[in-house]
Amino acid sequence: MSFSFPILPGGHLLAIEGLEPPHIGALLDLAESYALLNRGGKTQRDLLRGRTLINLFFEDSTRTRTSFELAGKRLGADVINMSVSNSSVNKGETLLDTASTLNAMHCDLLVVRHAQSGAPALLSQKVSASVINAGDGTHEHPTQALLDALTIRRRKGRLEGLVVAICGDVLHSRVARSNIHLLTAMNARVRLVGPPTLMPAEAGRLGVEVFHDMKAGLAGADVVMMLRLQKERMTGGLVPSSREFFRFFGLDREKLAVARPDAIVMHPGPMNRGVEIDSAVADDPERSAIGEQVEMGVACRMAVLDVLARDLRRNA
Amino acid sequence: MHDLLFTGARLLDPASGLDGPGDLLIRDGLILDHGSGLGRPDGVTAIDCAGLCLAPGLVDLRADIGEPGHEHRETIATAAAAASAGGITTLCALPDTDPALDDPALVQFVLRRGEATGCITLLPYGAATKRCEGGELAEYGLLKEAGAVAFTDGRRAIGNARTMRLALSYARAFGSFVVQHPEEPSLAAGGAATEGELATRLGLPGIPPAAEAMMVARDIALARITGGHVHFAHVSTAAALGLIRAAKAEGLAVTCDTAPPYFDLNETAIGDWRTYAKLSPPLRPEADRLAVVAALADGTIDAIASDHQPRDADDKRLPFAQAEAGGAGLATLLGVTLARVHGGDLSLLAALDLLTARPAKLLGLPVGRLAKGVAADLMLLDLDRGWQVKDGQLPGKAQNTPFDGRALEGRVVGTWKAGRRVFG
Repeated sequence: MSFSFPILPGGHLLAIEGLEPPHIGALLDLAESYALLNRGGKTQRDLLRGRTLINLFFEDSTRTRTSFELAGKRLGADVINMSVSNSSVNKGETLLDTASTLNAMHCDLLVVRHAQSGAPALLSQKVSASVINAGDGTHEHPTQALLDALTIRRRKGRLEGLVVAICGDVLHSRVARSNIHLLTAMNARVRLVGPPTLMPAEAGRLGVEVFHDMKAGLAGADVVMMLRLQKERMTGGLVPSSREFFRFFGLDREKLAVARPDAIVMHPGPMNRGVEIDSAVADDPERSAIGEQVEMGVACRMAVLDVLARDLRRNA
Repeated sequence: MHDLLFTGARLLDPASGLDGPGDLLIRDGLILDHGSGLGRPDGVTAIDCAGLCLAPGLVDLRADIGEPGHEHRETIATAAAAASAGGITTLCALPDTDPALDDPALVQFVLRRGEATGCITLLPYGAATKRCEGGELAEYGLLKEAGAVAFTDGRRAIGNARTMRLALSYARAFGSFVVQHPEEPSLAAGGAATEGELATRLGLPGIPPAAEAMMVARDIALARITGGHVHFAHVSTAAALGLIRAAKAEGLAVTCDTAPPYFDLNETAIGDWRTYAKLSPPLRPEADRLAVVAALADGTIDAIASDHQPRDADDKRLPFAQAEAGGAGLATLLGVTLARVHGGDLSLLAALDLLTARPAKLLGLPVGRLAKGVAADLMLLDLDRGWQVKDGQLPGKAQNTPFDGRALEGRVVGTWKAGRRVFG
């Protein structure tokens, strides 16, 4: 596949917001082709040969880091994982000191996860590598939105016109923000469902509809996307208890029944079973697309690495 | 000391409404006379102003000057140099230093250090509460005797209603007032930007604008029951200004100031994670900026303060939520205010009034005027001289300006403190 335009302007993937629909479509098409290759057991070992990919994770993550590692290796990159201990995360100097260290290592592709919104953008100004945001604070998680969109597209054949309900702790969710930007750009109809205490200010101005009642928000939905509720949100007083949250905002068969009969259920993982999602729904092979999300994660990350590596070659 | 005669000036004195050509004569550091045809006494040094504006030096109600405790950001000497370059001759220093100015000896220390600069009158605030921690009241009487100009906890809101009540009440005994950072702390905790669409998009923890209005409402109620005088610093929202306007109409002892960022910038300045535009209170939506401009014009706002908050690169080169809030403001106080004059929102005299006579009156100081017998604190201003704000090129140590790149019109070309030239 070849493209006549730079898919990721600036040579980084820092956010979905600002990407144009043709860019998103091209990334998804490329990811789809990698999904097929991966299923066929084929690899592209030469595409990133000689390139160094560093997974720089300031926050713990197993699945995202592993997914990027697998994507990099399948394309032939040398992959190094750097985990920065929590004790030094809060020292901002560390972030820019790390940048100069990485520059000295001649890293080509830098995958960053950080607890602070905007940290990958700050790094991108200081490092020579292409930066991929693997989740920054409550800002964005762009590759998650890509893999979610690819999963939906494969299940539903399209994004345009679909009703997608994003449910739970939207306030603290970078996954939700990236999905909102991507899905609205692709003309899906996005609904946010959750208690007002977990809804960001002026959420309605993001081109979405806001609901505080699950059945109203899920009525007629094609896709139900659940978000992880972090335990510390309860201690922060934003919801009184997990049992109350599950009763009113957790996804179970009864609430799912108001969605379209062929609605799919998604979750970015890791799941809190019995808090935001009932196991009976999460493990239902008819409805749950959660396993496919993980599979599409590797394909989407391969597509992103591929596109950024093309820019590297172009600039070489 | 030499006598000085300024000739051919456009004299501007907001206190008397004077705006016209004339001369001004200084003897022994005091203004001896001004007007036309003063003649030229023997031994006088004449300065030809060539039609430039001669006005009182500015009185800045609010600046963090770094010392003691944060000398890597700014010192009294570097702040004084920046102030002189900005036309400021009287500067009030915040007490939330390290240690906080809650002891008469510390107030005297800052006063002495200010005097030693020779170029500004530096007036420290006393801490409103011990260590500026919002608990027990500091020693207002002793602090005032030592030279404290008024009382505040600086960048920290006095959050406890009972403490604020006591502060307003007790300050009356010494004819003083309390300056509040109007922001309800429990709503502002952890916030990095004004709550709203932009903060939501950037994934930044928000501070609702109502955090300002509710603190203002509370303290107006406390001013009403104590009879004390509350002054709100850097007011930035339409809602708070509406409450202050009503309190003034009611006749309560309520005053306020704002700072240039709140009438020149709106929240979009923080886009692309620009930490130099991270301020406290945070920049607001455009509707609030317009309300601040309107409140400057209708007199609701009593003064414009620089709200100078020096920060170094290490404080600012961080992810947005972790970066320190605050912007350098001494050098740009006048220029950014004049933008509202050039923009047609304020008359030149009204703008200067907000920077000279009105803050001086608030503090009860005999400065900020071109009157016979008062200290010859003056600035010479070229209203038409354009310049561009550039971080790295500002006078003083702090370079963290939120106005980087801003083109301004009107620049100080000379500053005199008690008749002695300290800039230009």
